[in-house]
Amino acid sequence: MVALTPISRTEPAFYIPVVAAFGAFFGIFIGTGQGSLLLGVLGGAILTALAAYVLVKIIKNERAGRWLLTALFAVGGFALASIPGLLIGTFFGWFFGFLIFWLYEGRYRAKIPPYLTPSQVFWHFTFRTICGAIFVFLITPILVVMPLSFNAQDFFTFTPEMLRFDPAGYSLKHYRDFFTNDAWQDAMKNSLQIAPVATLLSVTFGTLAAIGLSQPHVPFRRAIMAILISPMIVPLIISAAGMYFFYSRIGLQGTYIGVVLAHAALGIPFVIITVTATLVGFDNSLTRAAANMGANPVTTFFRVQMPLILPGVISGGLFAFITSFDEVVVVLFVGSAGQKTLPWQMFIGLREQISPTILAVATILVGISICLLTVVEMLRRRSERMRGMSPS
Amino acid sequence: MALSALNSDSNFTNFDQADGETMSDAQTAQTASSAAAARIADAAHTGPMLAADGTPLKKSLNRALRVQKMRALALIAPLLIFVLVTFIAPIADMLFRSVENDIVSETLPRTTTMLSGWGEKGTDIPGEPVFEALYQDMFVAQEAKLHTRLGSRLNYELTGASSLFRKSGRKVQDMGEVYQDQFEDLDGFWKKGENWNSFMASDAWLAAMDGWKKANGPQPRFELRDGIAQTLPATADIYVKYADFIQNVDKANLSKKDPWALVYSSLYRDLSGENGLSSYTGPAAAELAAAATAASTFETVNYTDAFKKIDRDWHKLDIWQTIKVYSPKFTSGYFLNAIDMQKSVDGAEMRPENEQIYGLLFWRTMVMSLTITLSCILLGYPVAWILANLPARTANLLLILVLLPFWTSLLVRTSAWKVMLQQQGVINDTLVWLGIVATDDRLALINNSTGTVIAMTHILLPFMILPMYSVMQTIQPTYLRAAKSLGATNWTAFWRVYFPQSMPGIGAGSILVFILAIGYYITPAIVGGTEGTFISNRIAYHISSSLNWGLGAALGAILLAAVLLLYYAYDKIVGIDNVKLG
Repeated sequence: MVALTPISRTEPAFYIPVVAAFGAFFGIFIGTGQGSLLLGVLGGAILTALAAYVLVKIIKNERAGRWLLTALFAVGGFALASIPGLLIGTFFGWFFGFLIFWLYEGRYRAKIPPYLTPSQVFWHFTFRTICGAIFVFLITPILVVMPLSFNAQDFFTFTPEMLRFDPAGYSLKHYRDFFTNDAWQDAMKNSLQIAPVATLLSVTFGTLAAIGLSQPHVPFRRAIMAILISPMIVPLIISAAGMYFFYSRIGLQGTYIGVVLAHAALGIPFVIITVTATLVGFDNSLTRAAANMGANPVTTFFRVQMPLILPGVISGGLFAFITSFDEVVVVLFVGSAGQKTLPWQMFIGLREQISPTILAVATILVGISICLLTVVEMLRRRSERMRGMSPS
Repeated sequence: MALSALNSDSNFTNFDQADGETMSDAQTAQTASSAAAARIADAAHTGPMLAADGTPLKKSLNRALRVQKMRALALIAPLLIFVLVTFIAPIADMLFRSVENDIVSETLPRTTTMLSGWGEKGTDIPGEPVFEALYQDMFVAQEAKLHTRLGSRLNYELTGASSLFRKSGRKVQDMGEVYQDQFEDLDGFWKKGENWNSFMASDAWLAAMDGWKKANGPQPRFELRDGIAQTLPATADIYVKYADFIQNVDKANLSKKDPWALVYSSLYRDLSGENGLSSYTGPAAAELAAAATAASTFETVNYTDAFKKIDRDWHKLDIWQTIKVYSPKFTSGYFLNAIDMQKSVDGAEMRPENEQIYGLLFWRTMVMSLTITLSCILLGYPVAWILANLPARTANLLLILVLLPFWTSLLVRTSAWKVMLQQQGVINDTLVWLGIVATDDRLALINNSTGTVIAMTHILLPFMILPMYSVMQTIQPTYLRAAKSLGATNWTAFWRVYFPQSMPGIGAGSILVFILAIGYYITPAIVGGTEGTFISNRIAYHISSSLNWGLGAALGAILLAAVLLLYYAYDKIVGIDNVKLG
């Protein structure tokens, strides 16, 4: 939304109490941390109110005021809790400097509709704060494992050395362990041997079936769709139990082929769903045009249809890959020690709590998922672009 | 061709562009093709409309439609077969296992047959014939080492059955030795396996065995002598079992083995009871006749007492009732166990209060899944709202924060939560550092239901946000503004205008999250401890630890039924075709 609302500077009676309220709130944590809640609240309120007054009325220059405040808070933080304190202090100093001028200059009103009442403005920002907190909830667990994977100790928690940013507190030993330990390397190898083959199977069968399903006249379409989607709906533990029983009957339990087949079955719904979605926008007159020009069905498929639905096929394949690569329940039952995959090894590690090597692996896997996410997003955009161009 | 014909916008001139198959037909009738083209115009006025090759249009269309259907099915068939074999068959197998129960009647065939005449509701234990049948069955079973398997099967229904069967299996061998000793004392003839074979086996088999060596390949299959089954019915029956076992399970040379004690007791039974010896003239007739006269003076075994001596439990009603109740080939027993009931002689009844665990477990699974779904709605709704109402560029950036957890390995997120929630974990450490909780008073966030709910809410949250977001994107913001301009307060505008329109998103997300939650296994297993586990953890326990596969399968079948019901609801509300990913 464009800044439609005219903004003007606010009164001290507005910004000083608001800043003080923030100060009091953050003071709670510092106060409890130092032993006295009340002192923290009062100190925080008074200190920040004072800062607001000084910055606005005495220093007046925004840039200089904010630098000064940041420096002051950083020094104060360092005095209280050395390096971590310095960082937190710097952050608070920056935040309050921003907050004071944001409120004083009335910038907070700039991007919201002019007709909102003050309580609506308050709710607007409260709501955003709540959303921000939920986003923090979503992302924190993933961020926390990253620094912890560089832990020099065999703990699952931050050591005092790490908090002091002492280089001795950090090391790459868990990564080294991952790359040298046979158990982890075998698990990695197994995962890389199972997932691509399973993906290939589900993509090949899935794409063909998706093309068949998107023809205009398919008998029993709903029933077939329900069967093909079922591996995604049936709880994994039930699939795993059934496969364990059935595959041990036919001698596939504990074999590489058994695991590959099971994973391929689990990946199929994802391929079907993504490819069918891509085919919805596919213009069938293109294949007819190709046929008209003398191409046989195979040529038509590879030269006309495939390039157009390729983004859907690839993202379906990525889903299938990640399903197999991440899967642990089914492989736990269908596989034997010879098919121990990476997630299985992690599962054992977590149950027996052996070492933070798991966190190193987790960090690597997060890296992989970021790559995959990027690829899928790019493919989605490309597919949308192409669909925009193709005649509908 | 057919495709365009079926589209409403096509016109009949399209029929000249025939597809491959119709083209070949057209070529055979090439001479008539120009005439046919002329006929199309005529046919519109006179008879049935004709296609380019001269067949009636209706028929031609139908054939084209059929070809098209077959082609679609041919494309789908490989995958359908693949899924049926690798996925649907296992599920069917699991359902079958939840009712299958042939182990009892297979291991104790004679006993279960004899037991059919026994009144299980009475107060008397079965009579001597049943005990004798049990002796025979147990003897065969313990040779094949099957009695322990049956023992553990019955132990699921009656505690103590496992040790009872193991103990009896060991001692049942001695029971028949009374007869064996007496026969052997009577005549050295009875000691040797080959002597037994001489009159039990057919001449052809004996001849074949004579020249057989291990190097020649598999042993010739044992054949019973003609007429011996009439002469010595019980012995012949057991001897066939014995021979089969020695040849096929033990893989030993039958002519060099001495028979089981069970064979001797069967022979005694034949000799002292009804037999056809009077007309028997085959080999060893003299020895058999001598044994028949001596048998009347033999010391006998009372099987009822003998089993009592092994274990007094054999003289209790429970074990016999259990065997009788579980003798049919299919049983509802596993399902009854799965809902805290048991099968008894009086039909299904509730288990004692202190043995009821599955009802509680199902209830807990439901309650926790609902809690998780609710917290996902509470956390997901604001996020979906803000994503749908922010400018596209910002929304796309924020969407990454939702998609990244969605794409991150489940094990990574679960380990992250283990790290966060531990007693010495990040959350507790932070709280202690801030002074909110005391060091020795750390919050118990893991190994209980709190841990499961927190971790699973986080893991399933993207599945709630994404469907909500896609629904909210379609809601026009002008509606809200219109409501407000008509005088609605913020809350009324939201509650009466926006919220009802976003309901489909909530419905889709909730069912999805709920379906995923009730079947979860990994996360509860790692962060759930004992009180935060789900029914799926129990299923896994029965399959891999307690080995009570039937009960695991029955629990799985109930869970599957619940999920399919929800899936049906989901299909009705959202439609399977509308499932979108990413």
